[in-house]
Amino acid sequence: MLSELKKALTAINLPVDWIGIRAVRETNTTRYVRDAMPQANGKSFTMGAMVEVMVNGCLGYAATNSLEQRSLLAAAEKAYNQAVAASQWWIYPFQEKSERPKVVGEYISPYSQPFNNLSPGEINDVLVKTCKALKVSDKVVQTVAEATSTEKESWFISSNGSEVYQKFLLFSNYHGAIAQDGAIVQQRTNNGWQAQCYQGGIELFLQPDQWQSVELIGQQAVELLTAEECPSICTNLVLAPDQMMLQIHESIGHPLELDRILGDERNYAGGSFVKKSDFGNLIYGSPLMNITFDPTVSGEFASYGYDDTGNVATKQYLIKEGILQRGLGSLESQARIGVDGVACARASSWNRPPIDRMANINLEPGKASFDEIISGIEHGVYMEANRSWSIDDQRYKFQFGCEYAKLIENGKLTKTLRNPNYRATTPEFWKSLTKVGNTSNWEMYGTRSCGKGEPNQAIWVGHGSPICLFADVEVFGGGS
Amino acid sequence: MKSEELSDLENSFNKLIKRVADKKADSEEFTLKLSSERSQFTRFNQAKVRQTGIVTDGWVELTLMSNQRTAFSRIPFTGNSEYDIGLAIAALEEMRKEIPQLPEDPYLVLPTGNNTSREIHQGNLLAEEAVATSILKELDSLDFTGIYAGGAVIKGYADSCGQKHLFTTDTFSLDYSIFTPEGQAVKGTFAGSHWDKLAYTAKIKEVKQQLDLLSSTKPKTLPKGQYKTYFAPAAVAELLSLLSWGGVSESDLQQGNSALAPLSRGEKILSPNFSLKENFQTGLVPRFNELGQMAAFELPLIDAGKLVNTLVNSRTAKEYKKTANGANHYESLRAPEIIPGNLASSDILKILDKGLYISNLHYLNWSDRPTGRITGMTRYACFWVEDGEIVAPIENLRFDDSLYNFWGKNLLDFTNFQEFIPEVGSYESRQLGGSMVPGMLVEDFTYTL
Repeated sequence: MLSELKKALTAINLPVDWIGIRAVRETNTTRYVRDAMPQANGKSFTMGAMVEVMVNGCLGYAATNSLEQRSLLAAAEKAYNQAVAASQWWIYPFQEKSERPKVVGEYISPYSQPFNNLSPGEINDVLVKTCKALKVSDKVVQTVAEATSTEKESWFISSNGSEVYQKFLLFSNYHGAIAQDGAIVQQRTNNGWQAQCYQGGIELFLQPDQWQSVELIGQQAVELLTAEECPSICTNLVLAPDQMMLQIHESIGHPLELDRILGDERNYAGGSFVKKSDFGNLIYGSPLMNITFDPTVSGEFASYGYDDTGNVATKQYLIKEGILQRGLGSLESQARIGVDGVACARASSWNRPPIDRMANINLEPGKASFDEIISGIEHGVYMEANRSWSIDDQRYKFQFGCEYAKLIENGKLTKTLRNPNYRATTPEFWKSLTKVGNTSNWEMYGTRSCGKGEPNQAIWVGHGSPICLFADVEVFGGGS
Repeated sequence: MKSEELSDLENSFNKLIKRVADKKADSEEFTLKLSSERSQFTRFNQAKVRQTGIVTDGWVELTLMSNQRTAFSRIPFTGNSEYDIGLAIAALEEMRKEIPQLPEDPYLVLPTGNNTSREIHQGNLLAEEAVATSILKELDSLDFTGIYAGGAVIKGYADSCGQKHLFTTDTFSLDYSIFTPEGQAVKGTFAGSHWDKLAYTAKIKEVKQQLDLLSSTKPKTLPKGQYKTYFAPAAVAELLSLLSWGGVSESDLQQGNSALAPLSRGEKILSPNFSLKENFQTGLVPRFNELGQMAAFELPLIDAGKLVNTLVNSRTAKEYKKTANGANHYESLRAPEIIPGNLASSDILKILDKGLYISNLHYLNWSDRPTGRITGMTRYACFWVEDGEIVAPIENLRFDDSLYNFWGKNLLDFTNFQEFIPEVGSYESRQLGGSMVPGMLVEDFTYTL
């Protein structure tokens, strides 16, 4: 691949300041079983390249799914024409040295067993068995089990000598049950919809406590049918790491994206309540809050060595002891806004341009054990696993719902609660962060489908967090 | 798309179909699904170009069925027949090895029938190099943000029975928001198959007038509570979109995943003023599905508040002993239409009297799907109304209410006019079609934050 791309790059003869080619080859394999019956077994293979040119500070791109040299040359010409046509109206004069610096390197996901160590038949056997194990009662009306693996390679070369190769192995493991008793319907899954997402090989498929955990999910779906409704009250809220993932993603990750603050996303995903002047000053949350952009965590879903413009990925504090430090902004956004950012120019594939994206956004562990947190609460609610999410276009007013909750009374988890929800505003919520769990309860999850951008892009992100206690939060139940 | 280019792609697809058919064993069946596009995406912020480019993309999905088992393989479709056929044959061979390992699929549906169709909708779009100037020179100093997406989209289908469909269309959409210095905005879309400069100029002139309205008064902060609310068609389309996600699907209904289950069971009712149907008469989206079956031109789903049909594909029909109605794999809405009511445009503010005028909604999700409860946010050009007059724009509010309220007992009326709200999504590829919806007036809509 690399030599073909280099040949094309050499053959392009256009009056440009800079030119880059980013090629992607990706195979996504889905195996999905419902109620112990196969629903989908297949592969999606995509391959193509985006040619990007810089002409007098303007960028234009053209992407093609044909890697023949003539197609790449034609793409380069289209990209050039796009850049020239836009030059009169271009937003900011980018520079090769600062926005497309030379970079050379390689990144490969950690793994111990390749995906083909298990045959399609063996994977289906496990998924069928999972569905059967989930059906603990006649009240379970639907069971699902899904394994998704992705092998993705990318190559980035440029006229100023960049040469980056990255290979990602991504794996997601999802299963869940829906239980029904008349009009009462409840769902329970393994940490929320497709949240078990990691980098690695097929070794991620079967966990040591797999069957115990699967059966518990089925049992809890049934248990929720007769559980009390979550009360409507302002109280202490303890969130498990599988809900913290969503909380971090929506109320920290997105509002800190510099392209949102610059207004690029206002027509689609929205803006942000965070302003340029807030960096270095804003008290985002309590002093217990330490948030990092960390694409270096081994096995976390959105680890990588370089972003899609070749910027080297390093760990950075976004929020330290509650104070906002820097934004989630690419080299382009950093130049436009004048705020420090990170290596986060990412594209969902060869056919979309890089934009500001989260990678792994993590809440660093604190000091409290699970027992220490729960035992110190007189009254509260403990919630696990996201099932509903909505937040405004400034990332300020949110409402999230979870699958499963427990009442906390006098320092103990007591009754199971169904339809647990909570709502708040972002600054108020993070300032109410009272306790942060330690490394013993720090867990990481991810998602494949963070949507953003025009044209739209769905990309994979990772989030790690311990359990956390928030004081005086409005919680409530379901029903009309 | 130029007719020669379209002809080349169609020929390539035909060659691919023939080669796969030639390779097919007697015991095998197959379907081939095609999606291809030539798209320009030009993105704007502050009435400047932020990103601009061209995407040439395409894929075919080959599904092989044999011995009551099935697998699929999606591969690139480039138009280079030799290359594309090579990929398809390799995929076929790989699936042949895999299929015997898979469990039997008791509800596998094999392609049957003899449907064919060929629809070519040619348009008159802006030249690629003319997009930025044509759009931006009309804007003066407006804070304009959004995206122009335009070009050809091709959808195709073929199978081992000899069914074949091709649908191509040249379309564009300009999806935009224009902001006041205070952060209030007017959001709109300008879409079609023929760029009409005069219509675009008129649209921008109309937006400028709306912006003046937004700029004239400070936004009003409202306490949470219940308010009489008028939803403009774009906001109604957002609410309607949730019915494609755990709503009108028969399989969702059967598997505990549908918000319409209480309606189906007769436990809850909707207003007799609420009627919803699939309407393919406009020809904006293909009628064929993943098995080459053609949906009826019209299919009523909710008629005067009663659930008269769900969307049923052949697989669901086989599993639950229902009658298939040409629904797609996801049993989602493809050409939805809400039937208009009696509320005249000139009466909207007068009958609203005191309450909220909501132009757009944002980030909707089920907060409790089994009871039909939806949460989301107001967004852009939303106003407080008193004595039938617009008083001020509002600070955004979060809502959380059940469709059994706002399409049920609290629905006062739909407008007597509809608007076409185009589908402008582009996650996997540029989407087609949209929804035809009226505005609606609702009593006691619940705002929570």
